[in-house]
Amino acid sequence: MVALDINTGKSPKFVGDPHAVPKIECGAMADVKSFAAHPEHNEDLGFPGELLDNWQEVAIAKIGELAKKNRAFQVYLDTCVKCGACTDKCHYFLGTGDPKNMPVARQDLLRSVYRRYFTFAGKYFPWLVGARDLTKEVLDEWYTYYHQCSQCRRCSVACPYGIDTAEISMAAREVLDSVGVGQKYCNEIIAKLKKTGNNLGLNPKALQATLEDLEEDLEDETGIPVKLPLDVKGADILLITPSADFFAEPHIDGLLGYAKVFHAAGVSWTISSYASEAANFGMFIGSYENMREVSWRIRQAAKDLGVKRIVFGECGHAWRVGYSFLNTLAGPFDFLDQNYPIPQHIMEFTADAIDEGILKIDKSKNDEYVMTYHDSCNVARGSAMGREEGGQFDLPRKVLKAVCNNYYDMEQDTIREKTFCCGGGGGLLTDDLMDLRIKGAKPRMTALQQVSEDHGVTHMAAICAICKTQFSKVMPKYGYQMDSILSVHQLVANAVILDGEDNEDDTASDADNTSMEEK
Amino acid sequence: MSYEVNGVTIEHDEEGYITNLSEWSEDLAKVIAGVEEVEMGDEHWAVVNFLREYYEEYQIAPAVRVLIKAIKKKLGPEVGNNKYMYELFPYGPAKQACKIAGLPKPTGCV
Repeated sequence: MVALDINTGKSPKFVGDPHAVPKIECGAMADVKSFAAHPEHNEDLGFPGELLDNWQEVAIAKIGELAKKNRAFQVYLDTCVKCGACTDKCHYFLGTGDPKNMPVARQDLLRSVYRRYFTFAGKYFPWLVGARDLTKEVLDEWYTYYHQCSQCRRCSVACPYGIDTAEISMAAREVLDSVGVGQKYCNEIIAKLKKTGNNLGLNPKALQATLEDLEEDLEDETGIPVKLPLDVKGADILLITPSADFFAEPHIDGLLGYAKVFHAAGVSWTISSYASEAANFGMFIGSYENMREVSWRIRQAAKDLGVKRIVFGECGHAWRVGYSFLNTLAGPFDFLDQNYPIPQHIMEFTADAIDEGILKIDKSKNDEYVMTYHDSCNVARGSAMGREEGGQFDLPRKVLKAVCNNYYDMEQDTIREKTFCCGGGGGLLTDDLMDLRIKGAKPRMTALQQVSEDHGVTHMAAICAICKTQFSKVMPKYGYQMDSILSVHQLVANAVILDGEDNEDDTASDADNTSMEEK
Repeated sequence: MSYEVNGVTIEHDEEGYITNLSEWSEDLAKVIAGVEEVEMGDEHWAVVNFLREYYEEYQIAPAVRVLIKAIKKKLGPEVGNNKYMYELFPYGPAKQACKIAGLPKPTGCV
């Protein structure tokens, strides 16, 4: 690295090691408990409202059922050799020092019970093989520590056997739900989606009003009537985006970016009020049935509106479900145009539009920012993008570099497939887990602080609604402003110049108005 | 889990959002604001009143951007901006202001 910190001439200082292993503090996070779901929300999802009398019997049967149905789950339970490679890979362990947040320890909370009831040695010599009975204390411990896993899968990259703690965590939550112990945050949200079509509870009238308001803003800004269409039958593209894009900052600025890109590309598109949510919390609770029901709405909306393509907005685990599972859950999508990916990511759409020279871009519009990019865990380790391997890492960076002059990556072991979770994924983005969220963000924040020190990075972009909300809440604890987290398509929106747009800054646009073709 | 307002008990959930929205009153808002350590001034009331009007029409809280735009129209750009909203409601114009205004908590990835 040369010419670091060019602005001041001083050498950059070492901020800290994002991978630094903390002092072990047994039980440090044992008292952290996410609020339990209300009975009606559990029942809305098809689970018992409250803890069953025969919960132990039901839970053990459920573990057996899952091990039988999901071979990967059984292999994960059987194959761990306690090599320790995963122990320092979890951001929650690094942030809290609680040894039960080491991935292997988290897995063993369930593995020990599985051994007791489903292996020969565990049945007859439990004390020899670390097998233990399923007691109420064990069940409570599951609730505590399986709600301190964001299912980000960073540990699975380090595991020589590829054991995926996320799968075990999802299974544990499914077992908990099956005996009537649900988590409020996830279950209330899924119940809401079943009623309104989205996690927020936004009804069609409110959604329409919000979109009209945004259209007004876009026209004020550009002088051009850029549309955000809702429920338009016969549109080519159905946009499936997280409902946070209709509500929160900086998410909504990303939505304006999609609208500008679609407008510039001259495609017809629509949002659906029936499937007004990309996020699929069914995955967080490991419930195939709920995941399928949420996905099925997307199929239904695509059919009802008669679209040819489905494009997903910036939503991390939605893209994992969309890319990896959508066809299994709600396919076949033989009624869509087979010449396009089903589904397609907005990043693929925008990257293609850049390659084809469709977008007119003035990069200087983002000169106030020195950017870096946070790879969202579910996109990084649960999906792919574009036509090349590693596209899920390269396309967002390519788009960012096409619309920004100043871009620097964070340390290599903290990005791409080794990215740290934001600290709020997997159903943990709830206020009652704020302490955990702040601590879990520490590795990512340390890597960010270092790149700020080395290269003067001021802002970070992401393509996940959870990451954006999480960072806007926790960044102030690490010396940043809450608006230091941006949507990638927010930066696209800043830089794109639409045909006929009033552009007061003519000199800048003349100089930099290049169509961003690949060089 | 309840607030006491003028001798009346008003239930709220684990996070302090009232469970029966029709029980809201200005006096209750002051009590909730007290718990939240927010001192209600004219600008706070302008936000709370807009949230309630919007909720009455749409049965949901407005997007933060929509709220800010409305406040900007009413009170000018010094008040109608994201930063100032967080000075008024440190835990956020969406969640904290909704709680005081007696609206349900916005849920999802927000």
